[in-house]
Amino acid sequence: MIEVKDLHKAFGAVKAVDGVSFTARDGEITGLLGPNGAGKTTTLRMLYTLMKPDRGQVLVDGVDAATDALTVRRHQGVLPDARGLYKRLTARENIDYFAHLQGLPDDEVRSRREALIEALDMADIADRRTEGFSQGQRVKTAIARALVHDPRNVILDEPTNGLDVMATRALRQFMLKLKAEGRCVLFSSHIMQEVAALCDRIVVIAHGRVVADETPDALRAQTGEANLEEAFVKLIGTDEGLAA
Amino acid sequence: MNKMETHPLRRSRAFLTVFLKEVRENLRDRRTLISAFLTGPLLTPLLFTMLISFTVNRELDKAEQPLKVPVIGAQYAPNLVGALKAGGVLPQPALANPEQAVRDQQADLVLRISAGYPKAWRKGEPVQVELIYDSSQRDSGTSVDRVTKLVENYSRQQGAMRLVARGLSPALASPVMVAKRDQATAQSRAVLMFNMLPYLFVLTIFIGGMYLAIDLTAGERERQSLEPLFANPVPRWKVFLGKLAAICAFSTASLVICLVAFSVVGRFIPTDKLGMEVHLGPSFALHVLLLQLPLIVLLGALQSLVAAFAKSYREAQTYLSLLMMVPILPSIFLMVMPIKPQHWMYAVPLLGQHLGILDLVRGEGVGAIPLALCLAGTSLAALVAALVTMQLYRSERLAISG
Repeated sequence: MIEVKDLHKAFGAVKAVDGVSFTARDGEITGLLGPNGAGKTTTLRMLYTLMKPDRGQVLVDGVDAATDALTVRRHQGVLPDARGLYKRLTARENIDYFAHLQGLPDDEVRSRREALIEALDMADIADRRTEGFSQGQRVKTAIARALVHDPRNVILDEPTNGLDVMATRALRQFMLKLKAEGRCVLFSSHIMQEVAALCDRIVVIAHGRVVADETPDALRAQTGEANLEEAFVKLIGTDEGLAA
Repeated sequence: MNKMETHPLRRSRAFLTVFLKEVRENLRDRRTLISAFLTGPLLTPLLFTMLISFTVNRELDKAEQPLKVPVIGAQYAPNLVGALKAGGVLPQPALANPEQAVRDQQADLVLRISAGYPKAWRKGEPVQVELIYDSSQRDSGTSVDRVTKLVENYSRQQGAMRLVARGLSPALASPVMVAKRDQATAQSRAVLMFNMLPYLFVLTIFIGGMYLAIDLTAGERERQSLEPLFANPVPRWKVFLGKLAAICAFSTASLVICLVAFSVVGRFIPTDKLGMEVHLGPSFALHVLLLQLPLIVLLGALQSLVAAFAKSYREAQTYLSLLMMVPILPSIFLMVMPIKPQHWMYAVPLLGQHLGILDLVRGEGVGAIPLALCLAGTSLAALVAALVTMQLYRSERLAISG
């Protein structure tokens, strides 16, 4: 479970995140929805302790990120906005590197790695160097790498960005599988269909603030719009930056 | 989820994991391999040996070979010309415009004997012969010295004969004599030529680690892999130390290859012709390696520091090329201010290694105190540089690529 309480982060005069609070529960998929530049990535970066909030608190499975960042990182699997793989290493070696950094013993490294390669259907590319991978192959490798230590909490920053239809569908199935395994899945997106199709809970962010935190149904009811797209536009106050 | 706590060994492996991964990844990069293991360490010994052999052989050739000198007015002083011939000078036909010929490098030097020579000679008056040359040309130096010496010898000889003819002792004309007693041993003469050796070693270390230093900081950020890396439960300073160790491994390997190459090609340096003795064997190599070890860490940390400041791979490359100029400073410093090495100088990074290597070339070996000072001083600097870079690694800006 990830609890976020009143996060603030400013870069100079720009308030990127200006009081964000929400809770992402185990066994649920929580969607962080907002237009480009709304503060989604900055919020997530504070969750996985890459950045320190100016104010506010992040609790992961009850552990404070400010005081015990290493434990928080052990409890999370993160697909950051930056997916960078090591292109001179094969997909397997990329996964192994992170498994070793997570401190898994060798037998566990092997079993977890192979399980993920099968679950993500990437056996055919596992022993190829990642240089020249397609966007979809890269995301798969990055996800396998992020989840190799079997984390309870999974954070995905715009996971379907740049994927084709088939890869997007496969990824959605995979996220539902993570949810079924009882994990806490938190992902960001600016695509409302995706959020609507997957999420148990939607947190809408605009201008660094949370403007709604509801189930998809409640969101429709709250805004009085039967169509989710209309509901979002109403919440955000503008249709700028939203993709259909 | 709580498996983590049941494996106490987990934390200590992070350093090794990062180190091994960086080494493995960079062993697969052809450009890094070529610059660290081929061009960097091998080019300098080859160039150095060729340069020295060339210089030595040329100087020797000049001293032995007959020297062709155009002589103007040779007919006025047949005896002088005869003395020059005896000294190995081959008089050439006169030139119309000797000044122009020298400037155009058609002749190294020209000797001019004036028409008044026979008359003045018979009267016993001093006569003048002119040597026309261009000292801005390196080549002329040896030849000018040689001809000057021959003319002076002839002059002294004739002067002595005149004195004897007048019943005086020639010793009267030279109340004070200079006797040169050169204290340089064969090895200490070698030092002059080997002055740039320390810089070559530093350069090798620098080039050996450079591509890694760029790749592991600026490169990793540019490829956006630093952010996922820092999401792992490993303190950033451990990641940095693993990377630093990988840089040091490559630059050390580079230096070792360079030293081995030197001990092989060093045999072809014709030092015996100059009466020099230079030991570039295993003992020299091991001592140089020992002296350079802390410097390897210092340079690796500095390279990482500079590369971490850069926004991109290319920017890091530019900065590091500038940083490469820094190690040449001690060499220049010692060249313009040839001072006696004091103990404290050994504690200064780069300068200490420079002096130490020159001691080794001189065949004296490095004393215990200078050696200790050199290792301690540079180690301290390496520690400071590593701590500063660690601090930089903690900044939020470092990981963000976008």
